[in-house]
Amino acid sequence: MDLATILSILDATIRLSTPLLLAALAGLYSERAGIFDIGLEGKMLAAAFAAGAVAAITGSAWLGLLAGMVVSLGTTLIQGLASITLKGNQLIAGVAINMLAAGMTTFLGQTWFGQGGRTPALSGDGRFSPVTLPFAEQLAGIPILGPIYAELISGHYIIVYVAFAMVAVTAFVVYRTRFGLRMRAVGENPKAVDTAGISVVAMRYKAIIITGLLTGIAGAYFSIAQGSGFGSNMTAGKGYIALAALIFAKWKPVPVMFTCLLFGFLDALQIRLQSAQIMGIEVPVQAIQALPYVLTVILLAGFIGKAVGPKAGGVPYTKER
Amino acid sequence: MSARRPLPRWADVALLPALNLLLAFLVSGTVVLMVGENPLHAIQVIIYGAFGYGDGFGYTLYYATNFIFTGLAVAVAAHAGLFNIGGDGQAYVAGLGAIVVALALDQTHWLIAMPAAMLAAAAVGGFWAFIPGYLQAKRGSHVVITTIMFNFIAAALMVYMVNRVLKPVTTMAPESETIDVAGRVPQLRQFFSFFGYSPVNLSIVIAVLALIFVYVLIWRTKFGYAVRVLGANPTASRYAGISNSRMIMVTMTISGALAGMVAINEVMGVQNRLVLDFVAGAGFVGIAVALMGRNHPIGILLAALLFGALYQGGQELQFVIPGITREMIVVIQALVILFTGAMEGLFRPSLERAFMLYRPEHKAEAISRETADSES
Repeated sequence: MDLATILSILDATIRLSTPLLLAALAGLYSERAGIFDIGLEGKMLAAAFAAGAVAAITGSAWLGLLAGMVVSLGTTLIQGLASITLKGNQLIAGVAINMLAAGMTTFLGQTWFGQGGRTPALSGDGRFSPVTLPFAEQLAGIPILGPIYAELISGHYIIVYVAFAMVAVTAFVVYRTRFGLRMRAVGENPKAVDTAGISVVAMRYKAIIITGLLTGIAGAYFSIAQGSGFGSNMTAGKGYIALAALIFAKWKPVPVMFTCLLFGFLDALQIRLQSAQIMGIEVPVQAIQALPYVLTVILLAGFIGKAVGPKAGGVPYTKER
Repeated sequence: MSARRPLPRWADVALLPALNLLLAFLVSGTVVLMVGENPLHAIQVIIYGAFGYGDGFGYTLYYATNFIFTGLAVAVAAHAGLFNIGGDGQAYVAGLGAIVVALALDQTHWLIAMPAAMLAAAAVGGFWAFIPGYLQAKRGSHVVITTIMFNFIAAALMVYMVNRVLKPVTTMAPESETIDVAGRVPQLRQFFSFFGYSPVNLSIVIAVLALIFVYVLIWRTKFGYAVRVLGANPTASRYAGISNSRMIMVTMTISGALAGMVAINEVMGVQNRLVLDFVAGAGFVGIAVALMGRNHPIGILLAALLFGALYQGGQELQFVIPGITREMIVVIQALVILFTGAMEGLFRPSLERAFMLYRPEHKAEAISRETADSES
C-alpha cells in the first residue's frame, strides 16, 4: 500500500467518523445526565431530512443546518417530555422516536418532493463545500507531510472541524465546569443533587437540549455536507454505531473520539475491501461491518475491560413528597 | 416509584390504552391533514382494504400472524422485566433454521417438515436471544443494548449466509433454493376460496396456539409465576429462592423462540425460500403490539389484528390516495409506541382524578393508600 492509498483510507475515516463523533458526544451529554438515549438514530435522521429539505428550498446550507438543529431539538424535547416529565420508559421513548423519524421523513419526503423519499439534489450554496486550510496548496509539494496536511487535515467540511473541536469543548464542559459537575451528579445520584437544591428535571432537560443540537449537526452532515440531499433512511444505523462507540468509550469524551475514529476506519476499510483479499484470505465484508457491534457486546460483557454506565441511567427521577 | 392511585381494572387495561390509541390516531390524522388529504377518507380506505374483501382480509391475517409472534416475544420478556428489542434479529436468524430443515425435508410432507422446521427456527431464534440473556444474567450487560447490537450482527450474518452459503450457483438474486411444494405450509385459500390470492397460511393456527401457550405458561404454571415475580420485584424473587439469572436466560430463550416463529410464516408459508430482510421490521411492530395489548394474549391478539389491518390497509392506501405512502403506517406505529409506551402516564393522573370524582366513596381509600405508598 502506498502513501496515497493510506491517505485516502484515512481521509475517508475522518469523513465517516464525523457524524458518529457528533452523535456519540450528543449521547454523552444525555447519558451522563441519566437519560439512556437509543433515539440518536431517529434524531439524526429527522435532522438530515430537515436540513436537506430546507437547503433544497432556500438554497442555503446554513439555513439547512439551522433547520436540522431545530427539528432535532424538537424531536429531543418530545422524547424528554416522555422520559423526564412523564417519567415514561426512556428506552421505549427512544424506540418510538427512531420509528417516528424513519416513517415521517420518508413519508414527508415523498409527499413534498415526490422523488421516492429523496429531497432534490443540492448544489452550490445548498451544500457545504470543503474548507481549504491556509497554505494547503503551497505545502502539498513537501514530501509526506505536505500530502498529509493537504489531503488529510485540510479539505474537509466545516462540520468535520466542528466535530473534532467539540471533543475538547465537551471534555472541558464535562470535567471543568459547574454545569458538567452537576450533570454528572444527576446521572450518578440524582437524589443528592435534588437535596442540594438543584432541579434534577431542569438539569436533565439542559443536557438533552445539548444532545438535540449536536445530533442536529450530525444529521445535517449526512444530507448537506457528505451527501447532496436527503435519501430515505440515509443514516443507516449510524446512530446505533454512535451508541456503541459511546459505550465502548465508557462515556468519556476523548476515548469517544478514538472509538469513533476506529469505527469510522472499519467503515472505510469495509468500503475499500469489497471483494478484496488480505494475505490470500477473503475477509467477508459483513464481518467487518458487524465488528463494532460485536466489540461492544464483548466489552459490555466485561471480557475486555468493563463498561459501567452512569448509575442512575435509565431511571426516571421522582422527587419524594 | 411514585404513589399510584388505583384505577379500576377495566380502565387500566382497556380505557387507558384506548385513549392513548385514540391520541395516536388523532396525531396521525393531523399529519394526513397537514399534507392536504382527508383523514376520514383515509380511514375508510384502510378499513375497506383490510376487511372489505377476502384477499384484503387474508393479507390482514397474514401480517397479524407475524405480529402475534413478535408481540408475544416482547410480552414474555416484559413479564420478567426484560425489554427484548431484538425480535427482528431473532426472527431473522431463525430463518436459517427453518430453511435448512425445510429444504432437507421438502421431499416428504409438510406435516413432517413443518414441526421439524418449527423446532429448528425456535432453536436458532431462541439461541439468538439466549446470548443477550446469558450476558445480562451472568455478565451484567444490559439486555436492551445487547439485543440492539444483535439485530445488526444478525443482519450482517444473514447477508453473508444468503449470498455466500445458501445461494445456489445458478441464481443471481440473493436468495436460497426454493422449497418443494410438498414441504410448504398450506395456504388457507386451499381450503377457503374466500381468501383469494392472499398468503395467509396455516401458521396462523400456530400463532393462535402460541397465544394459548403463553397464557398458560405465564398465568397457569409455576414457571410463569416465577417470571412474574422476577418482573415485579427481582429482590423478592431472589429471596423466594428463585434463580434470577436462570429465569432471565430461560425467558429470553422462550422469547427468541417465539420471535423465530415468524420465519415459519414467511419462509415456509409465503416466500418458500430465504430472502434478505424477510422480517421487514415485524420485531419492532411487536413492541407496539405488546405495549398496546398490555402483554396479555387477548390484548396481543387484538393489537396484532389492528396492526395487520393497518399494514394491509396501508398498502391499499397508497394505491387509492397517491399523496399518502406506506410509511404513514410506520408513523402510526411509532405514535402508538410513543403514547401507549413512553407517554403512558399522560392521561393517567387526570383519569384517576376523574374516577375519584365520580366515586367519592373510594376517595378516602385512595388517599389512605397513597399515603401508605409514599411512606414505604
